[in-house]
Amino acid sequence: MVSTNEYVPHAAGYVDNKGPKIVTSRFPHEDSHTLVRALATGGYDGLKDAIRRTPADVAGEVKNAVLLGRGGAGFPAGIKWGFMPPVWPRYLVVNGDESEPGTYKDRLLMERDPHQLIEGCVIACYALGLNQCFLYVRGEMAVAQERIAQALNDAYAAGYVGKNILGTDVSIDVVLHWGAGAYIVGEETALIESLEGNRGMPRLKPPFFPAAKGLYMKPTIVNNVETLANLPWLMVNGADKFKTYGSEKSPGTRMLAISGHVNRPGVYEVEQGVVTFRDLFYGEQYCQGIKDGNELKAFVPGGGSAPWFFEDQLDVPIEASEVGPQGSMLGSGAIMVMDETTDIVKACLRLVRFYARESCGKCTPCREGTAWEEKVLQRILDGHGRPEDLDLLLEIGQSISPGVYPVAGFKGEDLDPVPFPPKQTTICPLGPSSVAPITSAVRRFRSEFEALIPETVVLENLS
Amino acid sequence: MSTTESTEAVTGVPFFLNGQALSANDGELLIDACERNGVHIPRFCYHERLTPVGMCRMCLVEVDTGRGAALQPSCMLPVTPEMKVNTETEATKRAQSGILELFLINHPLDCPVCDKGGECPLQDNAYAFGPGETRFVEEKRHYEKPIPISDLVNLDRERCILCDRCTRFSKEVAGDPLIHFIDRGNETQVNTFPDHPFSSYFSGNTVQICPVGALTATPYRFKARPWDLTATESTATVDSTGARIALQSSRDEMVRVLGVDSEAVNWGWLSDKERFSYEAANSDARLTEPLAKAGSSFDSIRWNNAIGQTAKALSIGSDRVGVLGGARLSVEAQYVWSKLLQGSGISNVDANIGDGIAADLVLGLPKTTIAEAVAPGSIIVLMAPDPKEELPTLFLRLRHAAVESGVTIVEITPTATSLTTHASLSIHPAPGSLGAVTEAMANQLFGTSVGGVDGSDLEAVAATIAKGSTDGSNVTVIVGRSNLAESADFVSDAVQSLLRLAPEAKFLPALRRGNLMGALEMGLTPEFGPGGNPSDEPGLDTEAILRAAVNGKIDTLLLLGADPIADFPDRNLVTSAFNEVNTVVAVDTFLTDSSARADLVLPAAGFGEVDGSFLNLEGRLSPLQAKVTAKGQARDDWMIAAEIAESLGMDLGFTTLDEVRSDLSASIPSFGAVDWDALGRSDDGPLLDQGRTWSVDFGSRTEVPAVDGYGLALAVDRKLWDQGTMIHNSATLAELPEQAQLSVSAIDFEKLGVRDGEVVTIESGSIRADVGVVADTGLPRGTARIHFRLPGLDIGELIDCEQSVTTIRVAR
Amino acid sequence: MSRLNTANETLAKEIIARYPRPKSALIPLLHLAQEQDGYVADDAMLHLAELVGVEPAEVLGTCTFYEMFKREPVGKYILNICTNLSCQLTGGEELLHHAEKTLGIRPGDISDDGLFTIEDVECIAACTEAPCMQVNYRYEYRLSTDDFDQVISDIRAGKRKDLPEHGTLGLVRQHIPADRLAGIESPEEAGTPDWFASRQPAPDESGKA
Ligand SMILES: Cc1cc2nc3c(=O)[nH]c(=O)nc-3n(C[C@H](O)[C@H](O)[C@H](O)COP(=O)(O)O)c2cc1C
Ligand code: SF4
Ligand code: FES
Repeated sequence: MVSTNEYVPHAAGYVDNKGPKIVTSRFPHEDSHTLVRALATGGYDGLKDAIRRTPADVAGEVKNAVLLGRGGAGFPAGIKWGFMPPVWPRYLVVNGDESEPGTYKDRLLMERDPHQLIEGCVIACYALGLNQCFLYVRGEMAVAQERIAQALNDAYAAGYVGKNILGTDVSIDVVLHWGAGAYIVGEETALIESLEGNRGMPRLKPPFFPAAKGLYMKPTIVNNVETLANLPWLMVNGADKFKTYGSEKSPGTRMLAISGHVNRPGVYEVEQGVVTFRDLFYGEQYCQGIKDGNELKAFVPGGGSAPWFFEDQLDVPIEASEVGPQGSMLGSGAIMVMDETTDIVKACLRLVRFYARESCGKCTPCREGTAWEEKVLQRILDGHGRPEDLDLLLEIGQSISPGVYPVAGFKGEDLDPVPFPPKQTTICPLGPSSVAPITSAVRRFRSEFEALIPETVVLENLS
Repeated sequence: MSTTESTEAVTGVPFFLNGQALSANDGELLIDACERNGVHIPRFCYHERLTPVGMCRMCLVEVDTGRGAALQPSCMLPVTPEMKVNTETEATKRAQSGILELFLINHPLDCPVCDKGGECPLQDNAYAFGPGETRFVEEKRHYEKPIPISDLVNLDRERCILCDRCTRFSKEVAGDPLIHFIDRGNETQVNTFPDHPFSSYFSGNTVQICPVGALTATPYRFKARPWDLTATESTATVDSTGARIALQSSRDEMVRVLGVDSEAVNWGWLSDKERFSYEAANSDARLTEPLAKAGSSFDSIRWNNAIGQTAKALSIGSDRVGVLGGARLSVEAQYVWSKLLQGSGISNVDANIGDGIAADLVLGLPKTTIAEAVAPGSIIVLMAPDPKEELPTLFLRLRHAAVESGVTIVEITPTATSLTTHASLSIHPAPGSLGAVTEAMANQLFGTSVGGVDGSDLEAVAATIAKGSTDGSNVTVIVGRSNLAESADFVSDAVQSLLRLAPEAKFLPALRRGNLMGALEMGLTPEFGPGGNPSDEPGLDTEAILRAAVNGKIDTLLLLGADPIADFPDRNLVTSAFNEVNTVVAVDTFLTDSSARADLVLPAAGFGEVDGSFLNLEGRLSPLQAKVTAKGQARDDWMIAAEIAESLGMDLGFTTLDEVRSDLSASIPSFGAVDWDALGRSDDGPLLDQGRTWSVDFGSRTEVPAVDGYGLALAVDRKLWDQGTMIHNSATLAELPEQAQLSVSAIDFEKLGVRDGEVVTIESGSIRADVGVVADTGLPRGTARIHFRLPGLDIGELIDCEQSVTTIRVAR
Repeated sequence: MSRLNTANETLAKEIIARYPRPKSALIPLLHLAQEQDGYVADDAMLHLAELVGVEPAEVLGTCTFYEMFKREPVGKYILNICTNLSCQLTGGEELLHHAEKTLGIRPGDISDDGLFTIEDVECIAACTEAPCMQVNYRYEYRLSTDDFDQVISDIRAGKRKDLPEHGTLGLVRQHIPADRLAGIESPEEAGTPDWFASRQPAPDESGKA
């Protein structure tokens, strides 16, 4: 069994922390991606279980379990499923586009256990009464595509997918689809556009809530890979057992990727709401402390789009309902740790550059604003900043995300945290996400920016 | 205006706008509801006739639907009961000025040299809602300055604000997605596929709706500045749709035509022919003085001399005069000419130059309107030429009906058309079998196949057409001449059969020539007098006039803006006629193939130079207004007629247009109620004559020709861009017509054993011609198609209108 | 370069048949074109436009939205070096500079031997294994500059048989045998699956479900 962060060729980054395993139980097996291994370890038992029940019953089990979406927004899957009007055809689209900075879990699930995912898909299709599922894998993930293709071919041949599943009249197709490099396509309406063969530009919600008007304007559920990977276990073990893990508001486990300046970065499956960030960063079964014994400077609690946390938030439990009110989000379970050696301006620019590069170009504030932010930050970093640039950066942020931006409180500034999410002048949250690193960094580390601005230096010299 | 019927809502949706209690229509978008109530919300991407996309974010306003105020795009938000909207709050203003600032950071500030400067929504909004100054000190985005994306349109990507209007229009409305967003994010641009120009018939609309100067029209570039322009409302006369336009001039020269949103007709859209052929009016080739033939050239003569000679030529004996044309004229001029000819006893008058359908079908069949024809749930039978080629703005309405309103279209056409992909059923009877095919449907005798159409297809089409009788569906037949190489009598036969199948069917005549409806109404047709009254002694129609001429029975041929040498399908007949007559008099704006052969040429004032009115294919009256003074000595057609009358000793009593109009109103009942003064103001124009119908005299059925097993039956139709006078004389349009070619079905193509584009010899009777051949999946086996009046081949040479169908043989 | 060859055209049709609407297959088909030629050629796009029934401009619009599609030839091996935050914190930018120096090229360029193109990419979902790189979309984790040099010399020495040439993604394709397909219908034609209707709870006496 894996128990270190040593490079493990077959599951790079995965760390077995000896906690309860719902979605990673097969990971330690080197051949965990094969049908043989899946079948030897209870694979497709959940599907067998589901298909003996009525679809409504299966959907009820999911609703009961309060399975929160693992794609970012954390919306309960069972409730989302309930939003579908009684209209056919309807579709299930699996979001395997994983591109949020810091996020690394769906790829592991797809590469390490494609059958678990496929089983989850078929269970969901069954519960939702639909016969077409599209599994959208990020374009750059060649191995995940390969593994899923192989798994689908095997599962079709073995009768777990396709016509007359398990010898019943139930027939469901699962089609592997893959992208071609565009972060925005992770956003569910953009994902749907992309799946229609278009540019991945998000649609406005309302009116285009996928559950009502999704793929081909038909009711569509978009679920994250990890969300669906929970279903086989859930079918076998039931909602009540599921709820014995995690917290009341966030039952079950989550896969968290902790990267950056920690001693043992890795992907951990942890119970939600039970551990805090401090446990995670310093705990022996987790990251084992900040790199080189350095001080923590800041951390991103839920992917590049999340406003930053600082040492003041270390004791917040890792659970959406706790992180949100503190001014950030748990998002996609991507935690990035910055220690005292971090060049904050560079880090801030790097995240902003990401949003500027990945803006789809649809909404003016995001298309123009993110690029402008990047230019100003680059200029500051290059030593050509002006004193007014920091306020300008915040002002541009106001044009994308008006009002007080979500922030975490910290010592030295007597502000209550402003809860997540931010307001936005855009269709989707990509543009506003660029404001997160700026607001966090400029507010907390303003002097580090000012130190790079020549005029400021001159003024200091004068006084 | 919204795309739905603009009925005032009985049950309004109550909402609050800046504190004031108001009511919106059901489903009305907030941006429209505010506008109707006098509050203009700035916008860029929103356009009333396009699907909202909500991407520019300019129209954000604060909206509270019970969960607290939030910024919402008003262009995507239908008003809901008790919605509280605030367009004046700090948050709204902050958002609007923030977005404008972002729009401007990369926008080149080249307003002084921009075509749009002075009428630019970006400029206007920047003044009204913008931040005042920019804080952007970085390098702006750069692209190569204007690039031509077609012969007519140039694109300056630096000015583009990515509103998606042009691209949405091209896809949604025109169905020609030849321009698209390319690249991503901050680098997004509008562009075409490499070497695939934006050659859409509707490209000019994108120039009109572009909210900045990113798209400019080649004919208009650098021609004028907006503040030098004056405008008047008028009607496009290049076809019979009657699209409403604004005609703009600068220094007494027409420089631009814009579409005007008429709910009934064109919804603001124009074809490029309607938009750009005004260029011809400015052409140096315009006729500016009366001319008399002197040997092989012309001498200019004085007007009174020209009038006198014309009067003399007309008084040669009423049955020895033939008059062709009149569709170019205004209704008023048609009326005066009609009175003049009647007064002279001349009844050989035909505005239909042998390339249309019988006048009694146009005047006598129960008519409908475009709006009724495309009402949701309706059925449209297309038995006419490809509307995209001949009536492009009508095509847009039909396409919209099929794509958006679920209107069922069935086609009975010789070949596939631009609507085929949207039609639920398309049948292509072999040339000569239109009557037999429709008759089989009326008799419910389908058999295995009739006229090359499968029995089961026939049955399906018949069942659809008969739906009007079975479930009361609205059935409209668009009827026209879809094959110039096939006798028009088949169309009459087909109409007769369709009326048996669907007695409640209504009709829209697919007339190609601009004011042909007016000409027929005013009596410029052998069988009817003004107001559609059947003549006691019908005269000869065009074909009969030409035959009479060949037989030496016509001395004078008067051409009222007609060019029969180019337009009459049978070239040999028309040229022989010209050779035989003594005198040809042409009243025209250009020297055409025909007027160049005239003995006497009278220069007429043309489009944009005359006041008057226009009757479209629905029978809707709309204004023609003069914007510039007529070229040289060119005169109004009605004045020319009045002077000839005077010279003939007839006093028509007209010295002003108003006098013509009151006489017209007094003598033709359907014009009795026309408020002439209101014509230029009213939105859609009054609809005349909807009630009048009488039984059409269909005559006896036409013989179905025997099929020649070795030949191909010819289908000849027209393209939008042909060598017509207006196109030929418009500097920018003249290059657009493509080379003529022969299209055959894939099977026939294979049988010929030729290469794509290979030149073959086609032969009909003793006439031969060479032309390139291509395969076309839209053609049924056994039919060959050639477009009329394209460079490279004069197909009229091969058509003999004594034959009801023209058959050709093809040899390598 | 070219339109799809016959084998790829057959494959393209199989892919198109898996979708309710042909245009949905566009991204996989663009990958197929790129697999054939190493980049997406204009002629290939014209061919795809025919195959899925859209205008070439629409294919171009889709193609250019996505980073992975190259419209010009690139090196046989694309080295995607991540510099996003997790990698930046652990040396990703240094790795990129090292790559630029070693290969003598800037991101987007092709090395003189035609073998390599480097790209400065966004997060590639291996953050815990930073700094990392993909070679033709296969991962190299926790990469030191020495490791990088090793990868380069191995490729040059022909030792990396595990790496397909640029354009080829997954080496396994999904293939659904006709007798195993549940059935793909257009959204206009498709309805409620029979099995679902029959598994709905029967309405009780009161008529309620
Ligand atoms: C800019 C943006 C990017 C996103 N990227 C992803 C992604 O890569 N993977 C994912 O599952 N969800 C992503 N999401 C969230 C999805 O929109 C959607 O909420 C999610 O797929 C729903 O699945 P769940 O309910 O199972 O969590 C993204 C959202 C936004 C706004
Ligand atoms: S060219 Fe004009 S109409 Fe087209 S997207 Fe740009 S600004 Fe809009
Ligand atoms: S006008 Fe509403 S978003 Fe553009």
